[in-house]
Amino acid sequence: MGAGELGIFGKMKLQPLLSVQGLTKRYGARIGCADVSFDLWPGEVLGIVGESGSGKSTLLSCLAGHQRPDLGRILYDGDDVLALSEAAWRRLLRGDWAYVHQNPRDGLRMGVSAGGNVGERLMGTGARHYGAIRATATDWLGRVEIAADRIDDRPSAFSGGMQQRLQIARNLVTGPRLVFMDEPTGGLDVSVQARLLDLLRGLVRDLGLSVVIVTHDLAVVRLLADRLMVMKSGRVVETGLTDQVLDDPQHGYTQLLVSSVLQV
Amino acid sequence: MIEVSNLSKAFTLHNQGGAVIPVMAGAALRVAPGECVGLVGQSGAGKSTLMRMVYGNYLAAGGRILVGGVDVVTAEPRQIIALRREVLGYVSQFLRVVPRVPTIEVVADPLLRLGIPADQARDRAAALLARLNIPERLWGLSPTTFSGGEQQRVNIARGFAHGYPALLLDEPTASLDAANRAVVLELIGEAKARGAAILGIFHDEGARAQVCDRLVDVTAFTPARVA
Amino acid sequence: MTDHAYNFAYLDEQTKRMIRRALLKALAMPGYQVPFASREMPMPYGWGTGGVQVTAACLTPDDRLKVIDQGADDTTNAVSIRRFFQRTAGVAVTEATVEATLIQTRHRIPEQPLSEGQILVYQVPIPEPLRFLEPRETETRKMHELEEYGLMHVKLYEDIARHGEIATSYAYPVKVEGRYVMDPSPIPKFDNPKLAGNPAIQLFGAGREARIHALPPYCDVVSLDFEDHPFVASKADACCDLCGSGTSYLDEVITDDRGSRMFVCSDTDYCTSRRAEGQRGRLSPEGRA
Repeated sequence: MGAGELGIFGKMKLQPLLSVQGLTKRYGARIGCADVSFDLWPGEVLGIVGESGSGKSTLLSCLAGHQRPDLGRILYDGDDVLALSEAAWRRLLRGDWAYVHQNPRDGLRMGVSAGGNVGERLMGTGARHYGAIRATATDWLGRVEIAADRIDDRPSAFSGGMQQRLQIARNLVTGPRLVFMDEPTGGLDVSVQARLLDLLRGLVRDLGLSVVIVTHDLAVVRLLADRLMVMKSGRVVETGLTDQVLDDPQHGYTQLLVSSVLQV
Repeated sequence: MIEVSNLSKAFTLHNQGGAVIPVMAGAALRVAPGECVGLVGQSGAGKSTLMRMVYGNYLAAGGRILVGGVDVVTAEPRQIIALRREVLGYVSQFLRVVPRVPTIEVVADPLLRLGIPADQARDRAAALLARLNIPERLWGLSPTTFSGGEQQRVNIARGFAHGYPALLLDEPTASLDAANRAVVLELIGEAKARGAAILGIFHDEGARAQVCDRLVDVTAFTPARVA
Repeated sequence: MTDHAYNFAYLDEQTKRMIRRALLKALAMPGYQVPFASREMPMPYGWGTGGVQVTAACLTPDDRLKVIDQGADDTTNAVSIRRFFQRTAGVAVTEATVEATLIQTRHRIPEQPLSEGQILVYQVPIPEPLRFLEPRETETRKMHELEEYGLMHVKLYEDIARHGEIATSYAYPVKVEGRYVMDPSPIPKFDNPKLAGNPAIQLFGAGREARIHALPPYCDVVSLDFEDHPFVASKADACCDLCGSGTSYLDEVITDDRGSRMFVCSDTDYCTSRRAEGQRGRLSPEGRA
């Protein structure tokens, strides 16, 4: 195979799945995030790192439609999502997009069984066959390593790691193309984190998901993210390939961040 | 296949008074398909730095690195990601994996990323692990618990799982016994035979003599400075 | 014995106009909950203050009023409301479904089919079908606006998962004219089919919640279900022990301390009419002989 015939870039889609341009959100005089721009391509995992207050969570909530930015554009598949009607936006959030909360309690219905939690997005997009909904829910519980006989148990009877896996199943059941994750491994024991990371990696690879993952844990992004965006005081200070940013950081803040990680 | 020209690199230490440390200037080399080029030079001369730049792991300050027609210095991250997935393999000295993932999955992962069916990918992984003398009872365990030599062999199996047209090898035979060293040299020979361009660092002189067609001394690329 | 100290039907004319506007809006958007300025009534919430206000806004001096509570004309609640309108509006009253021009009801639809020109007024405790799954009013309104009704099926899914069938037996949710999901008030699901295509006007008043919704005559009303767990209008598997009816909705009555029981029609007018026609059940004096 010669270099010219590889044509590896011909196979890539010509348009980013998500294109963010000049996104700014202020809280009065304080900056939430300022002038953030990036493209996310199909199948890509983008990690956003920074300390508390760096603006990474504000950015994520603007992207996922939980807050409205003051300035900037968000293009999804070429469409300006900030110009969408609320109905269209919510349809996006129910089907094509997914959001995994740090605390599974925020992303699950605690009074509804595991099967009902997974089935909700299916029923929300028109599924009306109980048997089929249940079969799909069972399949997804299996994929996130929850035993099928727990399908009628409520999430309150689950461990933290199981709740988080259930939240992931609930989000991915409709086959979304874009997933937002806010510290998905935060608050979990280290051994549980490893299992979740492995699971997420497999799902991202097998389903070709595009993911924006916000975390302060550099080990998590090294294992999950293709690309990294480092934020400080609401602004992006450095972007690049994950391993390049972590191994050869260019900005002083990133150098400090990387050198501050405790080695085990 | 791999073409480096006028490559330079400096590290800026922002947290140490902004000290700028130039480490490389005017680096140039070519590796043709089917050729293996060995990097030599004393420790700290910049062999690993050069290799990491070719892989896109270190950012170049200037110059050009063409791999399969893509300039790694100026390429977008996603282009480098695609390059690493399909064209450019790298066997580093350290194995970095998600804890808990079974060895066979670690080795099959590059193939799964290419969309190769899981059973085929696992067959290929199994064949490589067997050839590198990793006992089958370990395949289902995570390599994080393995000895240094075993981890190195898992890393090599992973690096050779896909037939990359270009391959970077950082001390592939270090910490291996004679039998496994022979297997790795065989694998390198086979890769050359199928037309892979290989750039490697070998401290093991015997290995270097056996597989390298040419040597490039990186000392020549050390920038003029008061050391 | 009209009490002339009150305006006709108790409420003042401005209030009645306000309620009528809400009723017209509700009829124009079947199943949509129209907010209205619910008034204090001389009875506690939960006793039908919503229904009473709707009835007051609809009554004319020529009307003939029937009031039922769980199908019965002779319970405290029904008797009180009937007397209230006799006193404040002086309208004629009846217990016969066919004779009534306006029927106020709590938790039942009469067995006797209604006809054009009749108005059925329901007392409604909680008009929002999504309430038990989504406590935020702002969110439920948004869900109605955008027709996001997946949650209703989550509730039915949970029923089947837990009980093997849809165990919701009253206040069973319906979709109206293919648009709004509506709580039909706590009528038994046995009555749900009567909501659809009914020639009468059906009005729903929730006093505490200050909401009115409505079904115009011959309206399309579909009970929610799953393809493989279709809606079933179930009732006790028995016949009325007084009139022998095998098709009417039955109440179970414990008759002594030894656990003896009997089933009787919940619709007292229906049962009485059948017995007047000579129909007999298991425990009728003649039936026993």
